Amino acid sequence: MIQSSSQHSWLLIALLLIPLAGSLIVALLRDQRAAKFTAFGISLVEFALAACMWGSFHGDGARIQMAFSVPWIPDFDINIAFGIDGIAMVMVLMIAVLSPIVIGGSWTEKLAEGRSHSGFFSLLLLMEALTIGVFATTDVFVFYVLFEIMLIPMYFLIGRFGGNNRQYAAVKFFLYSFLGGLLMLGGAIGAYVYAESATGQGTFDWMKLTSIVSHAPLHVQVWIFLGFFAAFAIKAPLVPLHTWLPDATREAPVAAGVMLVGVLDKVGVFGFLRYSIPLTPEASKTLAPLVLTLAVIGVLYGSLLAAGQSDMKRFIAYVSVAHFGFIALGVFAFTQQSGVGSVTYMVNHSISTGMFLIVIGMLAARGKSARIADYGGLAKVTPLLAGAFFIAGLTTLSLPGTNSFISEFLVLLGAYPSQPAFTIFAAVGMVLAALYVLWLYQRVFTGEVRGDALVGLSGGPGAAMRPDVGARKGFGDLGIRERWVLAPLLVLVIGLGFYPQPLLDKVGPAVADTLSSVGVQGK
Amino acid sequence: MTTPASLPDIDYAGVAPVLIILGAACIGVLLEAFVPRSQRWAVQVVLSLLAIVVAAIALGAYLYTGPQNTSTFAGSIALDRPALFLWGTLLALGLGSILLIADRVVEPGGAFVAQAGIRPGTMLDKEQANRSSMQTEVFPLALFSLAGMMIFCSANDLLSMFVALEVLSLPLYLMCGLARRRRLLSQEAAVKYFLLGAFASAFFLYGVALLYGYANSVKLADIANAAGGTNRSDALLFLGMGLLLIGLLFKGSVGPFHTWTPDVYQGAPTPMTAFMGACTKVAAFGAILRVLMVAFGSTHWEWQTIMWVVAGISMLLGAILGITQTDVKRMIAYSSVAHAGFLLVGVLALDGSGIRATLFYLISYGFTTIAAFGVVSLVRDGTGESTSLSSWAGLGKRSPLLAGIFTFLLLALAGIPLTSGFVSKFVVFAAGMSAGITPLVVLGLIASTIAAFFYLRVIVLMYFSEPAADGPTVTLPGMYTTAAITLGTLVTLLLGVYPSFMLDWAGTGGFVV
Repeated sequence: MIQSSSQHSWLLIALLLIPLAGSLIVALLRDQRAAKFTAFGISLVEFALAACMWGSFHGDGARIQMAFSVPWIPDFDINIAFGIDGIAMVMVLMIAVLSPIVIGGSWTEKLAEGRSHSGFFSLLLLMEALTIGVFATTDVFVFYVLFEIMLIPMYFLIGRFGGNNRQYAAVKFFLYSFLGGLLMLGGAIGAYVYAESATGQGTFDWMKLTSIVSHAPLHVQVWIFLGFFAAFAIKAPLVPLHTWLPDATREAPVAAGVMLVGVLDKVGVFGFLRYSIPLTPEASKTLAPLVLTLAVIGVLYGSLLAAGQSDMKRFIAYVSVAHFGFIALGVFAFTQQSGVGSVTYMVNHSISTGMFLIVIGMLAARGKSARIADYGGLAKVTPLLAGAFFIAGLTTLSLPGTNSFISEFLVLLGAYPSQPAFTIFAAVGMVLAALYVLWLYQRVFTGEVRGDALVGLSGGPGAAMRPDVGARKGFGDLGIRERWVLAPLLVLVIGLGFYPQPLLDKVGPAVADTLSSVGVQGK
Repeated sequence: MTTPASLPDIDYAGVAPVLIILGAACIGVLLEAFVPRSQRWAVQVVLSLLAIVVAAIALGAYLYTGPQNTSTFAGSIALDRPALFLWGTLLALGLGSILLIADRVVEPGGAFVAQAGIRPGTMLDKEQANRSSMQTEVFPLALFSLAGMMIFCSANDLLSMFVALEVLSLPLYLMCGLARRRRLLSQEAAVKYFLLGAFASAFFLYGVALLYGYANSVKLADIANAAGGTNRSDALLFLGMGLLLIGLLFKGSVGPFHTWTPDVYQGAPTPMTAFMGACTKVAAFGAILRVLMVAFGSTHWEWQTIMWVVAGISMLLGAILGITQTDVKRMIAYSSVAHAGFLLVGVLALDGSGIRATLFYLISYGFTTIAAFGVVSLVRDGTGESTSLSSWAGLGKRSPLLAGIFTFLLLALAGIPLTSGFVSKFVVFAAGMSAGITPLVVLGLIASTIAAFFYLRVIVLMYFSEPAADGPTVTLPGMYTTAAITLGTLVTLLLGVYPSFMLDWAGTGGFVV
């Protein structure tokens, strides 16, 4: 029944099934303490498995490794097929890294009445299973199925556990993604029908489908490309389809927000690399200027709007829009360097934005507000939090020595020879990044202690403020648990900043394979 | 010289399922006359369920042993694979509907009144609402209607089809007016349905007359032959076809011929709404599929553009008007209009994969609908069912299981993967695209998103809102309603997760000519 290609397939099967089973178990647990520890334990097991997967993945091996497949709907040649290439592998690893961190990060999250941690963590584990599935599947139909299904836990995470305006944000998020998904389904059916008319036998197998559809005439490719593009552009998101992201990020609980900008949105760019380019190379080349224009607009527009936000979570959303612009630029510049830069940027963006959002969540949990104007001069009250915030900010603006720098550098370096004009405009975004990050830090952490969230902490404007006073008033510095949550992220920020080579080695061949379909020779 | 009339050969084994249902309906009428009132309900329930099960066994036996793709009654009744598949679908959905009709726990005494003639609002009416007697003739009426539907979708000539149309419709008109609560709405629904239905039947009959004038025959195959390469008046053919289709599209509640749907769905007793929503849809689309493919397949270049427009209008009308509804039953009614548009995409593919897609869509949609109306019948307040959407707020907190099931069914109606609703949309759109009607498919995808909004709104209400203080309560369902909801939900899940076997069954053959 199950066909598998290597002895390591069990790793992938376990990676898919363990969080799924864990989600069920956690949902059924009545004891909240037990539920928390079970969820955390499962996410750690998942991380260990993902580390094994990293170890047994051969960078220079077959394109798709650890593959297995089970027939599902033979009438349409649909198989439940999974397998990973280098790009999918680092994405899966990233999910496995982030999950224990967000579970640990929301350990003491205050939930509304009637909501429980078991429900919350169960949905998070379900998200983990589904997103791993999305990155790891090698069947276009299964990809669509998981793409849509993963909306449902996120919808409930935002709608049940989110902020005041959560209903609006949840529905908006769902409808945007659902529309994109359906148009992608149209594209997928189109590809199937083309394969059927070209060879007499339609298929949804990614390998077979790409080899057939990539030779389709240009006008067929363009329609298929546009179908997939709609889904990925909404997901990524590219301007002007981004408006759901700020709402969703602001209303989502921090853990869901990290999964949203850190993992779910990556599906968009991943889709460009895995589906758009190999399936429809001619259309990708023809329409690349369109994508590049949207990408560069995204970089500039996202940066400017980020600077103008009054809410820190919305700020993160716009920063992400800007960064996704960079990533899309790297993908559609079609050079090996910029492609590798984009893939590593996907990982690094998850780490840096995830860290930033978690720190903001810690701050918001203290002050009961994510409004920038509610804070001021906090560095005196909570020096450690300020430090963490500052480091998260530096990696977000891609300071050399932090993880994001090498990615952004590779994207710009690689894109310049093929797309000089777009690259020059995008480079302006680097300057803007420094502006919006440092200005935010300055407003929240420097100067005198001020702001509505801190009223009553100090003895009045200008009064001396010491950390121990803040702690007594419920506004203390980072606790032990919070330090442990941030520590792994900090290690990754610095570690990947100085030694990114392992990451580059794993994704290089997959990027080269992807780009070979548009006629670009890798190194 | 006239040939002496002779009885045509009848394949009794083939038509046994229909005969069993009709026979049981006749016995049911007799039982009404001879069985004491106190025992009628039990006897009727047993008889109806038994009849359906026996008919299903007869159908199964014929499928295994009988010849393929024949017709009987001198070609009037087709016994081809689509017809037999639709019979099976109708029997299965009929079983679910009878289970809902039979429930007397949810509404004490059942959802039907004993005497529909009592004027609403009078003392007698109030007294009747509180008595636990019911009109047990509902069971034979439902069986008659079911048999009519079975003949309707296998009729190979237009006169048989017309007779079947009336057999299926008349009991429905009657049963719509029997709701125990909100008598006025129920009577309004019955009158509206009857009047509009009568008009639609008249259109149908005019169409038959014109087509007879054109082809000199009412057989579908003869019409197709006549249309292929003659110099007869096309006006007669297409006028006749148009009028005929108006009658059929009305029954299938395809927009813009849907105007009766929301009012009737809302006013009819909920088990009856489920019956109409599931079974009438199956019968109507079975007939539309057959008429378009067998009789008018050869001339499809001439008319298909108009039908594309109809399908597009139906999808958009259903999806957009559904957003503004504040009543659950009306919302599902508009959703059924949108679904009718999606179904037409499969029909208009006009090939084998289109038949398969449409048949699969019909069975999965039918089961989802029955389960959904089963759930609707359980949410009640002091005056009966509480179908106003606002009163569903916070249901997820008060009865998580029911809200969970309803959420699943709504997701199925919206077409989310791992539900039968998604697979049916997928096969229909795939058939449409390979037949080259891509613009309609894209329109369908957009309409699906619009429709998703109002399904989501209900989920938002149930889970993300606080319950109203004087909100409705959820009645514990009796055995019958539980069985119907379970059946519908399980099939929705099964066909979503493992659809291949049903796709194989649906795709075993085309229409007999």
